[in-house]
Amino acid sequence: MFRFIARRLLETIPVLFIIVTATFFMVRFVPGGPFDSEKATTPEIRANLEAYYGLNLPLHRQYTNYLKAIVLHGDLGRSTKYASRTVNEIIADKLPTSLELGGLSLAIALVLGLSAGVIAAVRRNTKVDYIVSSFAMTGICVPTFVLGPLLVLIFAIHLGWFSASGWYVWQDRVLPSLTLGIVYAAGIARLTRGGMLEVLNQDYIRTARAKGASEARIIFRHALRGGLLPVVSYLGPAIAGILTGSFVIETIFQIPGLGREFVNSAFNRDYTLVLGTVILYAVLIISLNLVVDVVQVWLNPKLKFE
Amino acid sequence: MISPSSEKLPSANVAPAQLEHGVSPWLDAWHRLRRNHLAVFGGVVVIVLSLLCVLGPLFSPYGYQQTNLENTFSPPSASHWLGTDQLGRDLLTRLLFGGQISLMVGLIATAVALTIGVIYGAIAGYAGGNLDRVMMRIVDILYALPFTIFVILLMVFFGRDIKLLFVAIGAVEWLTMARIVRGQIMSIKRMEFIEAARSLGLGTPRIIFRHMIPNILGPIIVYTTLTIPGVMLLEAFLSFLGLGVQPPMSSWGVLIKDGAERMEEYPWLLIFPGTIFSLTLFSLNFLGDGLRDALDVRAAKD
Amino acid sequence: MFTPLLRRAVLLATATLLTFFAGCSKKDSPPTVADSAPAPGAKILRVGNGAEPQDIDPHVVTGVGEHKIITALLEGLVTYSPDGDIAPGVAERWDISEDNLTYTFHLRENARWSNGDPVTAQDFVRSFQRILTPSLGAEYAYKLFHLVGAEEFNTGKLTDFTQVGAKALDDHTLRLTLKHRTPFLLDSLQHYAWFPVHIPTVEKFDGLTRKGSAWTRAGNYVGNGPFNLVEWKTNQKITVTRSHTYWDHAAVKLDGIEFFAIDSADTEERMFRTGALDYCYSLPLGKIATYRREHPDMYHQDPYYGVYYYRINTTRKPLDDKRVRRALALAIDRDSIIKNILRDGGQTPALNFTPPSPKFTSAARMAGDLDEAKRLLAEAGYPDGKGMPPVEILFNTLDSHRVIAEAIQQMWRTRLGVDATITNQEWKVYLDSQQTLNYQVARAGWIGDYDDPHTFLDLWVTGGGNNQTGWSHADYDRLLRGALETKTEKERMAVYQKLEAILADEMPVIPIYFYTRVYAISPKVKNWISNPLDSRAWKWVDLK
Repeated sequence: MFRFIARRLLETIPVLFIIVTATFFMVRFVPGGPFDSEKATTPEIRANLEAYYGLNLPLHRQYTNYLKAIVLHGDLGRSTKYASRTVNEIIADKLPTSLELGGLSLAIALVLGLSAGVIAAVRRNTKVDYIVSSFAMTGICVPTFVLGPLLVLIFAIHLGWFSASGWYVWQDRVLPSLTLGIVYAAGIARLTRGGMLEVLNQDYIRTARAKGASEARIIFRHALRGGLLPVVSYLGPAIAGILTGSFVIETIFQIPGLGREFVNSAFNRDYTLVLGTVILYAVLIISLNLVVDVVQVWLNPKLKFE
Repeated sequence: MISPSSEKLPSANVAPAQLEHGVSPWLDAWHRLRRNHLAVFGGVVVIVLSLLCVLGPLFSPYGYQQTNLENTFSPPSASHWLGTDQLGRDLLTRLLFGGQISLMVGLIATAVALTIGVIYGAIAGYAGGNLDRVMMRIVDILYALPFTIFVILLMVFFGRDIKLLFVAIGAVEWLTMARIVRGQIMSIKRMEFIEAARSLGLGTPRIIFRHMIPNILGPIIVYTTLTIPGVMLLEAFLSFLGLGVQPPMSSWGVLIKDGAERMEEYPWLLIFPGTIFSLTLFSLNFLGDGLRDALDVRAAKD
Repeated sequence: MFTPLLRRAVLLATATLLTFFAGCSKKDSPPTVADSAPAPGAKILRVGNGAEPQDIDPHVVTGVGEHKIITALLEGLVTYSPDGDIAPGVAERWDISEDNLTYTFHLRENARWSNGDPVTAQDFVRSFQRILTPSLGAEYAYKLFHLVGAEEFNTGKLTDFTQVGAKALDDHTLRLTLKHRTPFLLDSLQHYAWFPVHIPTVEKFDGLTRKGSAWTRAGNYVGNGPFNLVEWKTNQKITVTRSHTYWDHAAVKLDGIEFFAIDSADTEERMFRTGALDYCYSLPLGKIATYRREHPDMYHQDPYYGVYYYRINTTRKPLDDKRVRRALALAIDRDSIIKNILRDGGQTPALNFTPPSPKFTSAARMAGDLDEAKRLLAEAGYPDGKGMPPVEILFNTLDSHRVIAEAIQQMWRTRLGVDATITNQEWKVYLDSQQTLNYQVARAGWIGDYDDPHTFLDLWVTGGGNNQTGWSHADYDRLLRGALETKTEKERMAVYQKLEAILADEMPVIPIYFYTRVYAISPKVKNWISNPLDSRAWKWVDLK
């Protein structure tokens, strides 16, 4: 297992290199630059600006400079949009908020999603299943940009229980975590139910049942193990998405997280910030997919680390 | 929407003995599907909705682009059954036209993602070793590339074209499917019946597609039904970037997004698109569950 | 960085996954962060302020939200009176030479920086030098190009700043020398590009020619305005409190201001409704009717010195024909757009380009009705739109632009028989399309930089950076150049009338409506000045 993990970590280096290189050149080929704005400036001033950010150098020089700064100093460069911040600072500033929001939402999603999925699978095709599954489907049908404002109208504006937006006190955390959590809970519930059903029909479960194992033991000891496989595969990228923040949720609730930077940096052509967020996301997705692969082996002893 | 009479249904314990002999597995599955009331209901709704979206506009007295600035935001009435929008356009007509786009995007883009994801994941999972590693690292790379930039580049190089919409959506949506399929394939790869198939000397494609994939249909179908709403809403974001539907044409995703911004003042603009969107998804979901049950090889052998 | 509770939440999540614990664990209450609430009873104005500011260094930023914050922290030579007119700021008074080319400002002796240093004429000169230094790469350096030698210094043709027309005669006397008559100089001085910064502070953090050094952080910032920077929580809010070193601190009414960074107007309105804001910077279109009906005391619509227009690529057939352009312009029902789409937010139909103001109201208007439009189109060879290739309307993705484009598309189709398609593009792609003349008709808007028609009419000079229509007119260029050479204001305004007449005839752009600002403000806010540039001195604003 350690050899497996060590090799995967080694593989990460070329993967990251490809991601950085591809992104670096992709953003440069997109029309519009960081200094285009509605009010045009003079060509001379533009040249000064480009010189300031080193954007006047030949592209391959910019590329090698960028790589050098990362490898030697861990320096992701300066944001062109937020003049007063470096990309490192922006990420350090906003990642904790995103992790907090993501952690809360993830907890909600897992607790709600897994329990709903297991209950629905065990009581398959009963009223309980239909009710639970309908709730899950509703969660899937209602997009966050509808659910968020709806929750605000009910719980912040009419009932006054929680805040409409912001990220200062605990009242601010409730609605955004719920909004984000419910969406993922719905997906997890559906996948858990599907995965469990698959397993509950398998021979070894029948064998266990025939041997007189208790129902709870069958479900938690045997069925959940196999049933969780698809959920676990889904969770790798899902967790990376949750933890790096959500553009929609952060905009609706005015949360100072990283999610908005992923989208806005592309819109602003803030090259360094695009790259910084992409690298962060890449590291997360690679690590989480690694964790997923390890967990999958652990869930299913028949698998081996290859 | 949940019919209580369908309790204790269907396939899990339905498999009349005579079907065991001589009837093709597909026909067998079809019989089981037909007895699943919910699945039949879902299928009928999807077909009816699709027909409505294609044929309905022919009978509408309004065009999807036909504005009437003197009659904006009118609530549902006899002349406009679902009310009008901010330009006085008939919401029902726009909903039906938008449905053409959304259903097409939802089904085609999902089919693209499904096909790529299943084949890719199955190959990686079955092959294992170095091929699997390279294939999965490619997936990691594609996950990380910035989607917004990718979409804008697509448009710059290929112009705006509805086909690009499927490419753009397909390009991201298959990744998780591939990882799920790979995980499932790996988990059943060492099972006895696969070993048996191998020892019988069956070819690899045959083993994968005839013996393995039918056994992991459950998660595939569930994830597919999760993908469809995601795809339909993603279309709204791509329209924002300029790919996707061009105004004055619309889609369900765009209509819901517009409606969400005015849900307090003009709730019908959100309720009707939201309802028809949900109805479609519920139906597809029932159909998906029914399909899964009907195609469940193990259950059928009870 | 992680609060203990967060760590527990994450652990809990992991535990759930790993131990298949799918039961009913009680969710921990979310972490609590102490609110930085001000002392009770303090007058703190809470302002919705648009997107997160790029920075609060006046020589670096370019935005409107930044302008609001910077005017609280810094003060230029002039500021606003309670009525919104030009009022003495750091300069107590000024003399203007006979030829209008030399301005001598007498700075008040009691103007202080927040660290107690006096504000001197040298501070201004060195600040001007800083923004004009090429290696700083300041986007708004061109705002100072009225000064003799400023442009040459900024483009590197001149390296000796003493030759630029900004000199400190002594600690409290500043002389500005202009390269041409600039009747709107005092208006321009309200712009933050002309604001001073505390040079020793900026030098201390990475020097004068670094953007975004730590000098703009709370604790480092030294300003000379009515308020001091206390806290900057990125993407949340900037808090300022009243300054005791400000020369006019006795006049300052508020104890502090909180500028909230809010991207979405819908979010802002909901915050305003829950009482989290005293001022809602922009009211969503959908809410106008509701506020009018239910909160008339909060609803405001102020004229805004700007115009919403369609820019035309005059290098493309058939739009190179001015008859076609005029036909398209005449076929737009502006009243209906304002009433039915903009929900009657007080906008006025634009029949010429420059918004009316006390200084200048255009006499030239686009003339004619629908019949005239049809006649022009027929004359151009497209009777009833026959044979006319479809026109493409380009806009950047935003709901209100889309709706207007859809309405105009219908108007052209039903009234002229001209087919139009609509294309939306992401913001920067849209900007790029216009700069490269890769469009036919594009939505655009212009807000005046200062209170003078010149800021509108100099857009259309041949090859101007903001022209982007390919339109070129020799008379127009010549007249515009002459405008600043005229001897009297009356003559100058007469020139602008001629320019407007040319625009009305040539129609390189189709004006649609003159902006208003629609916003909501709590009745508790007093002395809120509305003016067409949406600028005010914060020191006058009060809270009941």
